[in-house]
Amino acid sequence: MRNFAALIKALDSSNKTSVKVDALTEYFRNASDPDKVWTIALLSHRRPPRPVNTTLLRLWASELAHIPLWLFEESYHIVGDLAETIALIIPDAKEHSEKSLSEYVGEMIALKTKSDTEKREYLHENWLMLNYYERFVFTKLITGSFRIGVSQKLMTRALSKAVAIDEDILAYKLMGDWNPKKITFQKLILEEKSQDYLSKPYPFYLAYALESEPENLGDCNDWSIEHKWDGIRSQTIVRNGELYLWSRGEELITDKYPEFQSFLGSIPDGTVIDGEILPYKEGKIGSFSELQTRIGRKALSKALLLKTPVIIKAYDLLEWQGEDLRERPFEERRRLLEQLYDTIKGYGLPLQLSERIELDNWKAVAEERARARELNSEGLMLKRKTSPYLVGRKKGDWWKWKLEPFSIDAVLTYAMRGSGRRATLFTDYTFALWQDKEDGTRELVTFAKAYSGLTDAEFRMVDDFIKKNTLERFGPVRSVTPKLVFEIGFEGIALSSRHKSGIATRFPRILRWRTDKKIEDANTIEDLKSMIPK
Amino acid sequence: MKQKLLLFNDKGIYCPQADVYLDPWRPVKNAIITHGHADHSRWGHQHYITHHMNVPIIKHRLGSIVVTGKEWGETFTINGVKFSLHPAGHIIGSSQVRVEYKGEVWVFTGDYKTEDDGISTPYEAIKCHTLITENTFGLPAFRWLPQAEVMDDINKWWAQNKAEGKTSVLFGYTLGKAQRLLKYLDPHIGPIYTHGAVENMTEVLRTMVDFPATIRITPETKKEAFPGSMVLAPPSAHGTVWIRKMAPYVTASASGWMAFRGARRRRAIDKGFALSDHCDWQGLLESVQATGAERIICTHGYSEIFSAYLREIGYDAVTENTQYQGDEEEPSDAKENEAENPEAL
Repeated sequence: MRNFAALIKALDSSNKTSVKVDALTEYFRNASDPDKVWTIALLSHRRPPRPVNTTLLRLWASELAHIPLWLFEESYHIVGDLAETIALIIPDAKEHSEKSLSEYVGEMIALKTKSDTEKREYLHENWLMLNYYERFVFTKLITGSFRIGVSQKLMTRALSKAVAIDEDILAYKLMGDWNPKKITFQKLILEEKSQDYLSKPYPFYLAYALESEPENLGDCNDWSIEHKWDGIRSQTIVRNGELYLWSRGEELITDKYPEFQSFLGSIPDGTVIDGEILPYKEGKIGSFSELQTRIGRKALSKALLLKTPVIIKAYDLLEWQGEDLRERPFEERRRLLEQLYDTIKGYGLPLQLSERIELDNWKAVAEERARARELNSEGLMLKRKTSPYLVGRKKGDWWKWKLEPFSIDAVLTYAMRGSGRRATLFTDYTFALWQDKEDGTRELVTFAKAYSGLTDAEFRMVDDFIKKNTLERFGPVRSVTPKLVFEIGFEGIALSSRHKSGIATRFPRILRWRTDKKIEDANTIEDLKSMIPK
Repeated sequence: MKQKLLLFNDKGIYCPQADVYLDPWRPVKNAIITHGHADHSRWGHQHYITHHMNVPIIKHRLGSIVVTGKEWGETFTINGVKFSLHPAGHIIGSSQVRVEYKGEVWVFTGDYKTEDDGISTPYEAIKCHTLITENTFGLPAFRWLPQAEVMDDINKWWAQNKAEGKTSVLFGYTLGKAQRLLKYLDPHIGPIYTHGAVENMTEVLRTMVDFPATIRITPETKKEAFPGSMVLAPPSAHGTVWIRKMAPYVTASASGWMAFRGARRRRAIDKGFALSDHCDWQGLLESVQATGAERIICTHGYSEIFSAYLREIGYDAVTENTQYQGDEEEPSDAKENEAENPEAL
C-alpha cells in the first residue's frame, strides 16, 4: 500500500499533467504485476464491490475516533469526502502494515461476505496500521468512489510510456469487460489476442464546442450537418451472434436496453454503430428527463419499458463486415451506414438514422439550429466530410454547435457551505422565482440549485454577503435576505411533480450576477413555465 | 437583572461597566486590541490599548493612532473593572484579555494556539468563569502535526525544488505566518527572498525576534537570482504577474486549511502544508478545560459545531456572531492592500 499511496499522493500533489504522467510511468515501471493490474482497474473505474456500506463506515470510524456520530457527520459535511474525513479523524498509526495494494484489494473482496463484527474488527485494525495518506487511500478503496483527478487517458499515456505500446492500442485493450481479479498483466496488456476483443467498443470520438462563427470553418459544403440529440451516446456492437451496447462512459449497458436485442439477425456480425439512445414515443423524440427514469434502474419492469420506449439514432458506422472503418472518411462511413439502414428499415427495429441536413450556406444552417428546441435536440453537429473517426476529444473535424442555454433571472434565497475545495465558503445556492398568491401579493418559490458559474472573487463577495445577511440557520443551510439577483442558465426544462415549483430544469448553473437588477425585477414561475416546449 | 460583564453588540465585544470594547469592528472610543490582524485591529478608534509588542505592528498597519502598550499580566482598572493581557501564542504580541469585576472573571481569547511556535509568547490558560473562544478550526478533522515536522517537510520540499532548478514560492499570511516560516527555514539551502509586504512587516518584527537574512524583491531583482531560492509571499500574490519572474517555480501554501486536500486544489497550489496559528480540535478542548470556565461563548469559525459538542459534554455553551474571520487561507484583498498601502506606513 505504501507505493500505491505514494503514487496517489504524488498525483494529488500536482496540477501539472507532465508531473502526473511521470509519477504514473515511474510507478508502472516498478510495481508488481498484480498491483499494476489493480492500479489500471482502479484508474479506469473498475472497482472491487463495496464490502461495507457507508453508514457502517461512519459509525465505526466515529467509534474509533471517540466522537459522537453527529460530530462525525458535521465533519464529513465540511470535509466533503468520506474517506478523507475518516483518515483525518482517526489517530495516527502506531504499527505499520506492509501489505501491498493487491493484497488489500483481495482482502476487501473477501470482506464482503463476512459478518459485521468481522468487518468492524478488520477496519479498526487496519485503520490503525496505516499512516494518514495510506488510510485515506485504503478507505477510498472501501467506499469504491475512487476519483483522484487522473483521467483514464492520462493513465493510458503513462502506461504506454512504461510498456512501449501505442496509446490507442492500449485504450482499446483497456476497454470492455475484463476482470482485474482474474486477468494477469501479461494477458491484459502485453499479450496480443484478437478473440478477447469481441465485446470491445472503439474509443469514442468526441466533439469540441464551436468556438467562433461557423463561417470560419470554410465552405459549408465540406461539412455534414445533423442534429445533436440529447440522450445517451452509445456504441452498438454485433459480433459472433451477440449484441453489446456500450455507453460513452465505457460502461456495458446491454442489459438495460433489451429492446435492441431485436437487431440480431437483421444487423450482420462484424458491425459497430455509433449512435444516441433516445426516448421515443408516438413518433416523437422525448426529453432527456424521460430517459432518466430508465438510467438508474437495476430492475426493468414491463411497465417501464412500455412507458419509456427507446430507439437508437445512428450517427456513424465504425466497423462493417468485421473491418475497422475509422480511418475512412466520414462520408464513406455514412454511405455504408445508410446502405445498411436501407436493407433493414422495413423491419420496424428501434433504429433510425440521424438525418443529415442538406444545406449549402451557413445562414440556413443557423436557421436550422434555431429550430433545435422544437425537435428536442441540443443544437447541431458539424462534421467534416473527409474526417476519420478519431479517439477522444479532438479539435478540428467535429464541432458541436449547441443552442444558447435557457436563462432566467432569479433571487438567491438559501446558501450552503461548499464541501471539499469550497469548505470555507458559502457556494451552494438555492434560487427562487416570483409566484402570485391568492391574496394578490406574491412570494418567492424555490426553483433550482446551482453551485457553479461565478469567479472565485465573486464567490467571496457573495459569501461575505451571505454571512452578513443570514436570516435563519438550518444545520449547514442558511436562509438569506432576498437581495441578490442572478441569471441562471439551464439546458432543459420539463414539468415535474417532485419540485415545489412544479418544474424541473436540467444542468442549472449561474450565468452571471445581475448587480444591475433588484429582486422585484426577477422573473416569475409563469415566465419559466412558458419556456416548456409545447 | 444584573448587567452582563461583556456583551456582543453591533460594534464588537462591549464592557458596559467600563465603556470599553474588545477588538471592535466599528470605530469606538476605547478599544482593547488582542493582536495585529486586520479583522481584530481596525482603523478609526480614538484610543487603542494593546500589548507593547503589538504596538509597532498596529502602528505599521494603521499609521498614526493613539495607543497605550501594556505588559503581560499588568492590571489596569477602568471604572472598577480590572483588565489584563495574557499571551495567546497566535502571533507575536497576541494576547487574551482577562476582564474582572466584583469577583467575576471573563476571558476573551482573541485568536490563539496552544503549540509554542518559538516566536510568539506561548499561550497560557487563564482561569475564568466565562470564556469567549474562537473556533476557526473547531472540527475533529483538524489535528496539527508538531511544528518541527511540518518545517522539516517544508525545508525538504525547498531542497528538492532547488535540486530541480526551481524556485520555491511559499504563501503565508503577511503578519505572523510569514515570520514563523522564515524563523525555521534553513538558510543553508539557499537565499530567502521576500515580497514587499512580507519584508515590511518582517522589518518591524526584527526588533523583537532574530530571523534569518532576507532579500526584498524589487523591480530591479534579476530573474536569474531566483532558481533554487525560497520566496515568501502573501497568498494574494498567487496568480499575479509579479510571480512570473520566478519561473520555473513551484508553489505551496502554509495554512491550517491545507489539512484538507480540497483547499489546496481550490487555490491551484502545488503543495499544501498544514501549519496553523490557531488551535486544532484537541487544542481547543484542552484549553477550554484548563480555564475551568463553566460558560463558554464561541465566536468565529466552526462555532456552532464546537458549542454543540461542548453542550453534549456538559458545558453551558453558546454561539455569538462576530465579524472576526480567523480565516488563514483567504485574507480579503483589502487586508493585503492595506499592508502595502504606503499611507499606512
